[in-house]
This record gives sequence, structure tokens and C-alpha cells, in this order.
Amino acid sequence: MTIEQISVFVENAPGRLLEIMETLGNAGIDLRALSIGDTARFGVLRLIVKDPQKAVTVLRAADYVISVTPVLAVSLEDTPGSLVKILRLLSDAAITVEYLYAFAARKKNSAYVVFRVEDNALASAVLESGGVKVAGAAEIYDALS
Amino acid sequence: MRMEGLVSPDSSRRGRSLEAVHYTQGNLWKNALFGYGEAMKYFQPDRECASYDAMRQLQSERFVKTVRHAYDAVPFYRESMAKKGLTPEDIRSLDDLSKLPFLSKDDLRESYPYGLLAVPRSRVVRIQSTSGTTGKRVVAFYTQTDIERWDECCARAIVAAGGSRDDVVHVSYGYGLFTGGPGLNGGSHKLGSMTLPMSSGNTERQIQFMCDLGSTILCCTPSYAAYLAESVMQQGVRDKIALKAGIFGAEAWSEEMRRDIEDKLGIKAYDIYGLTEISGPGVSFECSEQTGMHINEDYFAAEIIDPHTGEVLPDGSKGELVLTTIAKEAFPILRYRTRDICVLSRKPCSCGRTLLKMGRLMGRTDDMLIIRGVNVFPSQIETVLLKGGYSPNYLIIVDRVNHSDTFEVQVELTPEMFSDTVRKIAARESELLASMRSMLGISPKVTLVAPRSIARSEGKAVRVIDKRKI
Ligand SMILES: [Zn+2]
Repeated sequence: MTIEQISVFVENAPGRLLEIMETLGNAGIDLRALSIGDTARFGVLRLIVKDPQKAVTVLRAADYVISVTPVLAVSLEDTPGSLVKILRLLSDAAITVEYLYAFAARKKNSAYVVFRVEDNALASAVLESGGVKVAGAAEIYDALS
Repeated sequence: MRMEGLVSPDSSRRGRSLEAVHYTQGNLWKNALFGYGEAMKYFQPDRECASYDAMRQLQSERFVKTVRHAYDAVPFYRESMAKKGLTPEDIRSLDDLSKLPFLSKDDLRESYPYGLLAVPRSRVVRIQSTSGTTGKRVVAFYTQTDIERWDECCARAIVAAGGSRDDVVHVSYGYGLFTGGPGLNGGSHKLGSMTLPMSSGNTERQIQFMCDLGSTILCCTPSYAAYLAESVMQQGVRDKIALKAGIFGAEAWSEEMRRDIEDKLGIKAYDIYGLTEISGPGVSFECSEQTGMHINEDYFAAEIIDPHTGEVLPDGSKGELVLTTIAKEAFPILRYRTRDICVLSRKPCSCGRTLLKMGRLMGRTDDMLIIRGVNVFPSQIETVLLKGGYSPNYLIIVDRVNHSDTFEVQVELTPEMFSDTVRKIAARESELLASMRSMLGISPKVTLVAPRSIARSEGKAVRVIDKRKI
């Protein structure tokens, strides 16, 4: 089970991030989670939104370079070491985590972590067999609203 | 008498063997050696595959005669040679070529219209002219012999592209003052192929004739070839055309464009080079190897010079091409600076021709930038970008900070190049930087920018912003 993440290329120039946010805001798209990976020369903005298709249409229409990537989201238990447990499972299975970021869910008063791995199916299986539940799109969007 | 000497095939004892073979048998080659209907390999094998020594000998004789002719007939040449303290007696062989002064495009413009004409007007049968976007045009003159020799050069190009008298040559270059149409038209006649003088434009009719008459060789500019290819695809008539080859010149084009046209039309695409000042298309032409153009050395002598110092550079160096006509009557041209940048090579060619080869044009001296002492051409950057799958829409920004040059190339990122992973984009960026470094000899700062963020201007795109104040 995966959810859709939208990535946007951000030039290293003043005001670029603002422009993207305004574009999404004007189209009435609510951001639920975001993270930025960057170098000195450019950045990649990653977004989780409730209506990915609409966001894709709006961003493409505004000439942004984007990609849609299926990523894994996992609900974090409110216990010490819960993230460590997840990373350990993946590491033991030799699965490299390209990046991860966390966001808070409004309703459940809990947190989710988004993982970017090469093979989502493999990572899901590893996590499930380790007793970690991978969240589906419905759960995430529900948790977000 | 001298004029006669220049035209006559056997006026010189030493050149006799080459000349005699050429004039008595040249046009019989295909019948005598290859028979009808069989593929020809060369139009004039005695010339195209001559030994280096024989060709050099012929070139020397013709060159010495040309200088004498130009000196006697054209006051401009007499004066420019006098300024260097030269008379025709100082020019004894091709080794003396570099003694002569250069001829610039401005010299040609200032000689408009009749200043460089070297024969009585009664001997001129044709003129052609450059398009001349600014200022005066250059008008070039031809005697009947000049036209025939030009036709020969173009016939060699058609044969090198796999043509024979059995082919249907479809000429979509413009006809008129422009040399493209008349040049390939003449070459096709000389070869004996059925010639379609289509001229440019009216794409629908071009494609209809192509289908109905079975055109096998297309001659036009590469951009028109790309347009025709696109139209052929759109109309879904690719299986109705019989094209096998294309001869595309008069414009710079890239290897990627070649592959694109070849794939779309199902042909082999060959480059051809020439300029009105020198004669027209056919100064050099590509062969089956498709790695550069063989210069018709029996008619033209080529040099590569450093565009700044004028110093002649050895074969294999990149520099400005300088051409000298060594068998033209009406409009002899001595050491013309073409402003085209390329490399000359004498490496043996798999096609069997021994003629000197010039590589793909790498730019114009007008476009050249000197950055940290290195010559950089925008076209080189374009080549790297196209090869790497990037958009050819780029911007070069040069500045001078603390007495040293800064050099930035902005490149538009394509959706295919984008990744949600920073590491992958950074890897592409380093790859691009490495290809730029190996192409240019210096490292630019490469900046990836969003698509369409580099301004597109009406008409000619702005590719270079040079902020240096020199
Ligand atoms: Zn060759």
C-alpha cells in the first residue's frame, strides 16, 4: 500500500518556493505534509496533498517540473524507539531509505513517517512481517482531513 | 594566353597524367568501369582517390596559375599583394600559400559589384549571390567552365551519398540567386540523374511528387528536411516514399538532428558544405562514413588558422577555415576567411577517398567567446546538451570578478531528467558538467533551471550574456 507524493523542482532563486505555494494555494489545494531536499544549486520540494491529481494538473499548467512517486507511510506508535524498530527492520533486509520525513495527523493525535525506498512492495512485506502496519491512502487522507 | 592556360587540361607537363585522365575519361567512368545500373562508388576516382603527392602537385600548379591570373586581372589582388611586397614570382608552389594576405567578407562586400571579376564580362555566364542580411550582398561570377566544375563537385557529393544516374534527385533547395538549388541541380544533371527542380516551399506538392515520381535522393537544408520528415509522418505516407538518402547543407546541424531525420524518413543523411563566395555547395561533401566532409582539393585549397593571430595551424587543430579557389576563372578567391570553425584531418577514410576531410562545423568566429583564454563556442554547449537529452534552450553568462572570468551555463531541466531524489539530479548535473568540461576544455558552473524559464525571444534566441567590460 502506497500513497502518492508529488515532487517539484525548485530553482535556487529567491521567491521560487513562495511562487509554488501560491500556485497551490490559489487552486485551493491543502498541503498536508512537505519536505525539501536541497543542494547549494537546487531543491526538490516533496508534497503530500489530499487531491494529488488536482495538484498535478495545477502544477503542470504552471510549467513546473514535477514527478509523482509512490511512497510508504507508516503510523508511528507513541512509544520510545518505534522509529528505530522500523529502520532496523528495513536495514536488516538491506533496504536503503532514500529519504524520510514525518508529519502529524490531525484527528488521531498521532504521527506518520513517509519513507522513500526503491522497492515499495518488498519494504511493505518486510514491515508487515515485522508487525509494522503500512498505512493505505484512505487512512492517510482520512487522518489528514 | 594565361586564361587559356588555366582552362586547358594539358598545359602543364607534370599535371598531364591527372588532367588527361580526367578530361578524356572522367565522364566515361561509370559506363566503362561500373556499367549501367550498378552502384557507383566515386564520380571521378582519379581525383577523389588520387595519391597525396599527385594531388599536391596538381594543387600547386593550379594555385600558382590562379595567383598569376588573379594578380594580372584584378587590381584588388595586385594591390593587396603589393602591400606584402609580393609578386606572382614569389608564389612557386602551394607551400607559398601562407605568404598571401587574407581576404575578408568585408573585402568582398567592398568590391561589389565587379571589383573582383577576373574575366571580361562577355565570358561570364552566371551570377549567384549571398542573402546578405546586412549591407551589400556578395555577387559571385561564373564562366561556363566554372559552372561545369561546380557541377562536378556536386555530382561527386551525390555519388558519395549513394547516387547514380538511376536515381531521382529531388532538389528542394531554393533556386535563384541562392547557390543551393542551382548547385545540386547542376550536379544531378552532370551525373545524369532525373532531376526534380522543386525549389523550396509548397510542402504538399513536395510530398506528392516524392510519392508519385519516386524521389530517391532529397537535397535541401537540414531544417527543411526535418520539416518534411515531420509532414511525411503526419500524412502517414512514409511507406509511399522511396527516399534512400538526403544531402543537407547551407545550415549548421547536429548529429542528433541527423539521426532524427534519418529515423523519420528511413534514409541516410549526408552533410554538404560550400559558400557562394567560393562557388556554392560541393566545396566539401560527406561520404558513407558520415564523419566529416571531403574537400574537393583539386578545386580548393584549405587551411586552418588561429582566428586571432592568423597563424596557420597544423592538421587536427581547431580553428577558422580559410579557402582558396585554385581552378576558378571568373571569380578567383585567395585565402578567404570563412569564419567557420572546424578541424581538418588527413586520416585515411574507409570510403577510399584520399581527399582532405573537414569535421562538422563547430561554430562561427563571430560567435566565439574567449573565457579564461579558451575559445568557447555556444554550438559546443548545444551539442553536449542535445547528446545528454537536455533542452537546447540554454543561456551562457560570462562575467569578470576579481580579474578572473566567471562562466555559467544555465540549462533547462526536462521532466525526464527530474527525480524526487536530490542525489539523482546531482548525479546528472555532474555528468553534464563532465561532458561540458571534456568538450570545452574548461569547467563552467552548470545551473539547472525550470523549463521555459530561459527567455525565448522573437527570432534569434539570446544565448550569451557577456557582462565583462573589456
Ligand atoms: Zn570518406
